[in-house]
Amino acid sequence: MPTVTYELPDGSVHEVDVPCGQSVMDGSVRNNLAGIVAECGGSCSCATCHVYVDAGLFDEVSDEERELLEFAEGVRPESRLSCQLIVGEGCGGVRVRVPDTNGL
Amino acid sequence: MSPRVVVVGGGHAGTTLAALLRQGGHRGEIIMFGDEVDFPYHRPPLSKKFVDGELEQWLRPAPFYTEQRIDVRLGERVSSIDRADRRVHASSPCPYDVLVLATGARPRDLPVPGVTVGGVVSLRTLEDARALRKHLTADRRVVIIGGGYIGLEVAAAARANGVEVTIVEREQRVLARVASEELSAILASYHRERGTTIITGAQVRRLTSRDGQVRAVVLDDGTAIPCDVVVVGVGAVPRDELAVAAGLDCDQGIVVDGSARTSDSAVFAIGDVTRRPVPGVDGLMRLESIPSATEQARQVSAAILGAEAPAPEVPWFWSDQFDLKLKIAGVVVPGCHVVRRGEPASGRFALLHHDDAGAVTAVETANAPGEFMAAKKLLRSGHAHSHL
Ligand SMILES: Cc1cc2nc3c(=O)[nH]c(=O)nc-3n(C[C@H](O)[C@H](O)[C@H](O)COP(=O)(O)OP(=O)(O)OC[C@H]3O[C@@H](n4cnc5c(N)ncnc54)[C@H](O)[C@@H]3O)c2cc1C
Ligand code: FES
Repeated sequence: MPTVTYELPDGSVHEVDVPCGQSVMDGSVRNNLAGIVAECGGSCSCATCHVYVDAGLFDEVSDEERELLEFAEGVRPESRLSCQLIVGEGCGGVRVRVPDTNGL
Repeated sequence: MSPRVVVVGGGHAGTTLAALLRQGGHRGEIIMFGDEVDFPYHRPPLSKKFVDGELEQWLRPAPFYTEQRIDVRLGERVSSIDRADRRVHASSPCPYDVLVLATGARPRDLPVPGVTVGGVVSLRTLEDARALRKHLTADRRVVIIGGGYIGLEVAAAARANGVEVTIVEREQRVLARVASEELSAILASYHRERGTTIITGAQVRRLTSRDGQVRAVVLDDGTAIPCDVVVVGVGAVPRDELAVAAGLDCDQGIVVDGSARTSDSAVFAIGDVTRRPVPGVDGLMRLESIPSATEQARQVSAAILGAEAPAPEVPWFWSDQFDLKLKIAGVVVPGCHVVRRGEPASGRFALLHHDDAGAVTAVETANAPGEFMAAKKLLRSGHAHSHL
């Protein structure tokens, strides 16, 4: 199972094994990590699962996700919605940073 | 000492609060009573995915509760609150230091003869959705009583799967109390173009049945609409009866302040059951949405943990109908000026609401997530002006 490292708003770092096929959001919710709110449960509706991650390991950004992020608080080039980041075999060691702006 | 927190109601609000308390380092006991037998789940899919989608979307997987030391008592109903002795009564008495009422709402009854026969359902719980799924196969005809958001979502999902759908609405338009006239009109034509019949300004007089199964919905003017299934979606009423019996301040919903505290400082209330202050709105109101439940869970968690209160929120919610992903932010008040961007026929548009001074008060969007997020940001800034 790939290990995903979450860096939370308070600076703490958590390594979590996330089963392939689940999302980076799922891994956070499952372990009750702070910062990812995920009100819509992963249907790309709420934009409360915003993280920063280096591009490349995950599927391309959809138009819907891009538009949601465009005006999100704290948006940056490396912004993604973590419910759209599906973990695969090649994702081991990936590191995501969680901003403290989700739910605003 | 970390207080012992007892939560009544294992829905979105109660579960979010329990999780937030542990995130924030709360060490005391957390006991959550839920009178449903299922583990806490997402309600939005119930009206959107009941035909063929994934109905059972758990808020958290089952082992979560044990690992987080959240003592969930499923299938256990709290029958009364004893405020003097600080305990609630369920199958046995349970003492609390802090009590949180998160009992949600229940579907409003339709007071007409004949509603207690087979094939008549309302939609609040996973059980309801499972029942509806069983009833609603493609060769069926459904009448949906009530053109609110849930009614329209059920209509869209059913229609998309070949079911013959009629919506009966008492007001002159669908979504009469919750959406602008413009959005009502756009959505009504969207549904009609996809084959749904919408009858507005019509009262239901009674339901007729044969062999215990519903057969038709009869309107006040005598029209009978034949059907196999009836979905009653005429709104929800707060489940505030425990609070009323305990003498807490209630007014069709438990009255709370901006940190979700009730008239008893040891008792909080969150979610659909509350009547609450909303930033930018005079007086108190009821909001029935996931973001509102989450917001109040944040308020209570901050109050219990002694942390900083959350920043004022912009109320919002979403709805999915056919291929339209609707998102609404702010509080929609009737009679505002509405400016439209985008063509409704393209399925992508935004309706910006302004008050007399030109300030943006709300936005209703379809398939326009960028416009939605931008308007929400504007609403948060509190200096929302039309020229922005
Ligand atoms: C079909 C449907 C679709 C929806 N779609 C959306 C959407 O797309 N977007 C959105 O933002 N919102 C949506 N909502 C609204 C949203 O689901 C609610 O606002 C939210 O669930 C409120 O959470 P809550 O915890 O306050 O109440 P609930 O989720 O209703 O939970 C309350 C729980 O408390 C239990 N309970 C009550 N009394 C007792 C007692 N005495 N003892 C023990 N347990 C008790 C109840 O059985 C229930 O399980 C939808 C609602 C429905 C019904
Ligand atoms: S969980 Fe709602 S958009 Fe990701």
